[in-house]
Amino acid sequence: MIRALIARDVRRAIGGAAWLPVGFFLLVATLVPFAVGPDAVLLARIGGGALWIAALTAALLPIERLIEPDMAEGVLDQFALHGLAEESVAAAKITAHWLTFAPLLLLAAVPGSALLGLNSHSLSRSLIALAVGTPGLAALAVAVAALTAGLPRAGALAGILLLPLAVPLLIFGAAASGDGGSSALLLEGAISLALTAGAPFIAGAAIRASRT
Amino acid sequence: MRPLLRFENVTLRRGGRLLFEGLDLKLGPGEALHLTGRNGSGKSSLIRLAAGLLRAEVGQVERTKLALADDHLALDRELPLRRALRFWADGVDKAMEGMGLTPLADVPVRLLSAGQAKRATLARVVASGAHLWLLDEPLNGLDSDGVERLNTIIARHRASGGAVLAASHAPIGGEWARLELGQ
Repeated sequence: MIRALIARDVRRAIGGAAWLPVGFFLLVATLVPFAVGPDAVLLARIGGGALWIAALTAALLPIERLIEPDMAEGVLDQFALHGLAEESVAAAKITAHWLTFAPLLLLAAVPGSALLGLNSHSLSRSLIALAVGTPGLAALAVAVAALTAGLPRAGALAGILLLPLAVPLLIFGAAASGDGGSSALLLEGAISLALTAGAPFIAGAAIRASRT
Repeated sequence: MRPLLRFENVTLRRGGRLLFEGLDLKLGPGEALHLTGRNGSGKSSLIRLAAGLLRAEVGQVERTKLALADDHLALDRELPLRRALRFWADGVDKAMEGMGLTPLADVPVRLLSAGQAKRATLARVVASGAHLWLLDEPLNGLDSDGVERLNTIIARHRASGGAVLAASHAPIGGEWARLELGQ
């Protein structure tokens, strides 16, 4: 059932608007040089951070589609009746969300880094940092989606909740993409791991609480 | 014989309002209980409590493997009906036939009418193979053919040792025990 849930969510995202976060990511990467000017040195310095801001906002885009439709349609209730714990459902949704946005984002980071004038060394560091950090972003997005599902103006509320919570990941992710070195990458990995491990429990509790 | 559903001294309060208190209930194989009562009397809450989707404030609920059909379709709207039903259970063809849905097998769920969607939720329950069926307003949106088919599949389910707990304002065919809530 878990595998079927992941496959279903991936299929729905690809059939829907999986390209949208990636398009948004590339749009942000395109706009940064226009905003800060054509200074190649400056662009290379801020490039890693710009990619991270783009990744963060791209992960946020589909947040309203992660939990709320399944809650409204009674799908989450049916999973519970099939003996699936809410935490397992949340973990499956994190996996599916990561599969639908992260690999495409990593691919898009290649042209994105070219737009920002990053060299191949910076690009590889950014790719590693994004690969390590995106599971944490996906986990955070699902947890916040579960917390805000069914609330009025859930999308805006999710943004307000998610962005501050993503700051530690952003700090160390951007540092690992730049000159932060391996210690920044380790800290980013630790935060990403903690978010990935904790988010299913937060999302599971939120789904259960929504039934009372 | 072990009951398929048992409530023991169950009290449920929702939104600060007491819906029922000290409720004892037992549903064995072949039995069916029809919940009635005015709007807001707690019929749907009792069904969700029986399903394990709500928790009793006091008391115990024991249940066997069950299936629930309520107002929620719980089917992927973009998929053809047969494929959408197969997400939840195997052997959906017989259940679809029972509810008269076979001609709609390849129609996307989003194109179903309200009555057809209700039949689809009932087919999901039939296909589940669960012994205990929980049906919340199962007659809503059904035409006379749909009602007849529902009565037939309920009778067949009970004859095979299954039990049904249904909440409905309208009478359902066959012999039912009755419980009126909100008195």
